Amino acid sequence: MSRYVIRRVLLAIPVIFGILVVTFAIARLIPGDPCHSALGEHATAEACAAFDERFGLNKSIPVQLGIYVRDILIRRDFGVSIRFSIPVSELLIQRLPVTLELGTAAMLLAILIGIPAGIISAVKRNSAADVATMVGANIGVSMPVYWLGLMLAFVFAVLLKDTPFSLPPSGRLTAGLLPPPFYEVWGWQLTQDSTSFLIADFLSNFAIFNSIITGQWEILKDALVHLILPAAALSTIPLAIIARITRSSMLDVLGREYVRAARAKGVIERRVVLKHAFRNALLPVVTVIGLQTGTLFAGAVLTESIFGFSGVGRALFDAITGRDYPIIQAFTVVIAIGYVFINLLVDISYGFIDPRIKMS
Amino acid sequence: MAAQTELISTDAAIQDLRSRSLGSLTLRRLFKQRNAILGMCILLVLLLLAIFAPIIAPYDPELVLIDIEDVARREKPCIHLLGCPADRPQHIMGIDGNFRDQFSRVIYGTRVSLFIGLSTIGIAVVVGAVIGAVSGYSGGWVDNIIMRFMDVILAFPSFLLAIAIITVLGPGLQNALYAIATVNIPIFARLVRSSVLSLKEQEFVQSSRALGASHARLLFARIFPNALPTLIVQSSLSIASAILEAAALSFLGLGAQPPTPEWGTMLGSERNQVFTSPHLVFLPGLAIMITVLAFNLLGDGLRDALDPRLVQIAKTK
Repeated sequence: MSRYVIRRVLLAIPVIFGILVVTFAIARLIPGDPCHSALGEHATAEACAAFDERFGLNKSIPVQLGIYVRDILIRRDFGVSIRFSIPVSELLIQRLPVTLELGTAAMLLAILIGIPAGIISAVKRNSAADVATMVGANIGVSMPVYWLGLMLAFVFAVLLKDTPFSLPPSGRLTAGLLPPPFYEVWGWQLTQDSTSFLIADFLSNFAIFNSIITGQWEILKDALVHLILPAAALSTIPLAIIARITRSSMLDVLGREYVRAARAKGVIERRVVLKHAFRNALLPVVTVIGLQTGTLFAGAVLTESIFGFSGVGRALFDAITGRDYPIIQAFTVVIAIGYVFINLLVDISYGFIDPRIKMS
Repeated sequence: MAAQTELISTDAAIQDLRSRSLGSLTLRRLFKQRNAILGMCILLVLLLLAIFAPIIAPYDPELVLIDIEDVARREKPCIHLLGCPADRPQHIMGIDGNFRDQFSRVIYGTRVSLFIGLSTIGIAVVVGAVIGAVSGYSGGWVDNIIMRFMDVILAFPSFLLAIAIITVLGPGLQNALYAIATVNIPIFARLVRSSVLSLKEQEFVQSSRALGASHARLLFARIFPNALPTLIVQSSLSIASAILEAAALSFLGLGAQPPTPEWGTMLGSERNQVFTSPHLVFLPGLAIMITVLAFNLLGDGLRDALDPRLVQIAKTK
């Protein structure tokens, strides 16, 4: 098993290096020179020379690439935001938890609804439930996420206003609500900018996690209520795709001989479906879940800007409109590496789901 | 008389044989798929709407009606048949934020979206097929380098890579088209490569090679036609996602620019008015959904029709 895991990890290294090269190339291809875009049009030649010297722009391209890779991988230095003049890594600490929380909620919704729907669809093939699931899935994959988000906001915040079903259309918490981070509640003494402070700060930005471990139930409820609409909008495409793939994978497996054999020896149907069939149908489902995390990150750019969530996606959206290149570059790298990492986990999980794979 | 009957029966036999060609078999199977028929019907309607847009749309999509008619900004739909006073000008989807007829804009939007879908995937298929064919056919280090590069492109979530590319090229419909085409290239390159790899060692290709066929002939006359079914299926599904991605880019202000009647742009410019004028957001989004749905249905139908294994499974169950 460990050999299989090591091989998978080694295979991911060139891909991560490739991602760094591509994002480095993209940043260098942006029209206009960095000095004038950062210091303004009237920057003098001396100022530009000092700027180039400071950011290593007067060195050769391979050396610049080397510096870029070193900064990201070893120093975790992603440059400084042009608009906010703060290190991009600081922005990541604030924003990444918001997106991870939203993405996790959306993926949980997609898995918890998608897989059972797919199984029921396959077991009761051509029934009303099957037709409804498949029609729903077809519509789900065809819907623009931002449109669904806006429509959900309209329905739950305007049409259903003053009913028990009314939901807040924007923000992560009710305005004015500032939950104290867990390290303050527990009275930890942390020095600013120390690694432990950064980690604690990062963790405390997970609003749900933070409110659970500190027992702030009102805030937990508020955070959950605010999460429902964005998570529902973001989960539609993965949900539809998971339901479809579960159904087709189950249909394939249910026709196999070992399933017939299990039925013939008198195993109860429930056990046939869940134990004999589903475990063997799981592989394509897990693959698709891994691939859909990419859709989630992309969808977060749209969903977060609609629901006023200040996560990575929203920051990326603002950076695009404000031409804040260091942020675009850094967030693209982080998201792409995160995506590779998740798919690496999926690859490794194959070995556990299907022991034949790690043998070959 | 007898000779004539014989002739007819031979004709019929030939007809029968002809109708068993892959193309017609596929078409026959396709027309048995409810999904595919629905998809094709919707696409036909959309195509007609796009072609006859100037006739169907009552107004020029970019015409500002402020001094021409007595209309209010973001006016609700006014349909005479549904009780809107006859002295009011009829605007069945209302007026947008710039005093333009929303219905005409939605109709013209069909042209833009179909063009985006077909052109981006057209580029991606041609470029991807050439890359994949060269890669799979030549093998060795050429194959290795090309495919590793494709792996890196696939390692990015496609929408994000499209955004990054547009950051370099600058916003605009044309650049959005290039960006979406680029992120789709690896999909087709991989597809064609794997077909080439599996086909190039087969006997009919080997015998062709033994007869002295050139590399180009082997690739384009022997291997390529056999890779076509999978390409067609993937194209249809990719067109659906290309339209969705292009609309999303336009929604973010990176694709088509106003006043182009593009559904994503229309949605994006009215997004803050969703609580007061929901019709301006609802209708363009619905149009996107219907178009994407049509290509998805057609793609699924084509896949089922072109994959004989699936047909077999369906029959035995």
